[in-house]
Amino acid sequence: MTAVSPPSRRASAFFFRKPKLRLGILLSAPLLWLGLAYLGALAALFITAFWSTDVFTGKVVTDWSFDNFVTLFTDSVYRTITLRTVGIALLVTVIDAVIAFPMAFAMAKLASPRAQRILVIAVMTPLWASYLVKAYAWRTLLSGNGAISWLLSPFGLSGPGYGVAATVITLSYLWLPYMILPIYAGLERLPDSLVDASGDLGAKSFRTFRSVILPLAFPAIVAGSIFTFSLSLGDYIAVKIVGGTSQMLGNVVYDNIGAANNLPFAATVAIVPVVIMLVYLAVVRRTGALNNL
Amino acid sequence: MKNRKTLLAGLCGVSLLLAACGTSGSDSNAGSAPGAQGFTPPKLAALTQLGQPEGQLNVLAWPGYAENGSTDSTINWVKPFEDQTGCKVNVKAFGTSDEAVTLMKTGQYDVVSASGDASLRLVASGDVEPVNTALVPNYNDVYPFLKNKSWNSVNNVAYGIPHGWGANVLTWRTDKVSPEPTSWSPMFDVNSPYKGKIIAYDSPIYIADAALYLMAHQPDLGIKNPYALDDKQFNAAVDLLKKQRPNVSEYWADYLKETQSLKNADAVIGTAWQVTVNLAKSEGAPLGATVPSEGATGWSDTWMVATKSQHKTCAYKWMDYIISPKVNAQVAEYFGEAPANSKACAEMTDKSLCDTYHANDAAYAAKIQYWTTPIPQCLDGRTDVKCKDYGDWTRAWTEIKG
Repeated sequence: MTAVSPPSRRASAFFFRKPKLRLGILLSAPLLWLGLAYLGALAALFITAFWSTDVFTGKVVTDWSFDNFVTLFTDSVYRTITLRTVGIALLVTVIDAVIAFPMAFAMAKLASPRAQRILVIAVMTPLWASYLVKAYAWRTLLSGNGAISWLLSPFGLSGPGYGVAATVITLSYLWLPYMILPIYAGLERLPDSLVDASGDLGAKSFRTFRSVILPLAFPAIVAGSIFTFSLSLGDYIAVKIVGGTSQMLGNVVYDNIGAANNLPFAATVAIVPVVIMLVYLAVVRRTGALNNL
Repeated sequence: MKNRKTLLAGLCGVSLLLAACGTSGSDSNAGSAPGAQGFTPPKLAALTQLGQPEGQLNVLAWPGYAENGSTDSTINWVKPFEDQTGCKVNVKAFGTSDEAVTLMKTGQYDVVSASGDASLRLVASGDVEPVNTALVPNYNDVYPFLKNKSWNSVNNVAYGIPHGWGANVLTWRTDKVSPEPTSWSPMFDVNSPYKGKIIAYDSPIYIADAALYLMAHQPDLGIKNPYALDDKQFNAAVDLLKKQRPNVSEYWADYLKETQSLKNADAVIGTAWQVTVNLAKSEGAPLGATVPSEGATGWSDTWMVATKSQHKTCAYKWMDYIISPKVNAQVAEYFGEAPANSKACAEMTDKSLCDTYHANDAAYAAKIQYWTTPIPQCLDGRTDVKCKDYGDWTRAWTEIKG
């Protein structure tokens, strides 16, 4: 054994003696990935935001200036679009939470184990279909002579048509599973004994819901809201398909790259959702929602 | 904890540096010094002779220009070209000129069918090179009034091969709109009876349509060319579009989306291409289309060769093929436009089409306000004012959409 000491053995002995180096090498690949691909892309975005474009030739001019940020803050149209986007994202989140909670509750607490599995699959099936197919399906449904108008017409009502309302409906539909699944996971972890104990202590069902279930499930709801909120914030396709004339932050980014070929300004606008999400995450971190992801 | 923060900060620093290195230097030869037409194009030479076909060709085209059977299995003029030349064609369709300009920057395409609002930008940025028309035999038959125009040549150097031209027409549902419109007024009137059922084009260049309308309805603004707008004229056009917005149901950039809207009567009147009208009609929508009394904006398209193209022989063969009488007729008939080749009219299945599109009519062609890129030097020849450039148009367009 002592005579034959292969290099691999020597190497492992070396790393055994240097635990910090061992850890460093083990972590270097994921850290490089995180550093280069993720933070690097964000950093590039941030730098580009300070540049400008020669609108005629479309070439990026690498002169540093705050012009893009000045435009972003002084031009009222971007404020309007930001507020509209945040409004849509909040509305989608609230609608999804309201729809998802009872569904998740029924799945986690009322359904039999067999039904639970089937329900989880049923909730996930829409995720297997293409985003575009679902969005265009809503375009057809919301059309002037689509199914929704047809259903409402006997009551003298008409469908919402294309616009902000249609966008909220479509996005709520698209992101609903991302809200149901975290709440379901959270409620499933909630021990039944707590509910029983609440009942034993004389609480009526609403009181149990308000004082026991909701506080314990709240972090899970917030965890779901991170998905629905951030996905809505960055969306530009649904609003293009069913949004009529309205635009969201994503459209401004898209138009500045696709139409105006103004990458720097697109980068400046793209920083807005990043900042909003950072603020949102900082706020929800206190609820412990991040441990629920 | 402290260590971890330092590590993260260090990583950010490194990636910042890398990012800076990676993206700087992308700008070195901006060629936009003022010249004869407001800019001097980068010095590039045209191809001197054809070689062996390279076996591949990446075509960037308006929808309907390079049909390979994917939209309609019976419509295919790409396959005969592939059989003749051995150049395998990959077609990518674009929705707006802006999209085409952006896509050309990737360097992945060999030829592009550029409209006037894209062509000069492509020339100025050096993304396309001059064309040796001697290598395109069919160029001889192209109508003279399409050659060496301001949007396909610079200082009399040809930058492409004319393909066809036409107007952005007014279209309407004949079952929902009456009387038959003869003016753009139903589109721009704030009290339009078709409120909420109007569909308009989604591109900054659409501001020119408003300017064209003002040319006829507010002559005191003194607009001579809808692409040469000073502050006052520009603001008037932008205001008109802002007033139009509440009446608009949708802006379209995807012609298939527009077709669907017209078919479902979600929109009953709008600006369209003849191809959209033809397509919607073939799917059963009762549509009318016209160039209204105020005239119309339009396009005159040019096939251009990418500077970075690796398949230039195939590119030249494509340009010659696409304007050959028979194919030019097929494209013009399918798309609904006037062909560039004077011999194409004889090849049309419907002999009346050339009259419908005024193909031989230089005077009519002169009446259409062709898309062109707005630049600070006023295109109508005024030197006492500065005109709004395309950057201003783009910013205004975001503002109009709100």
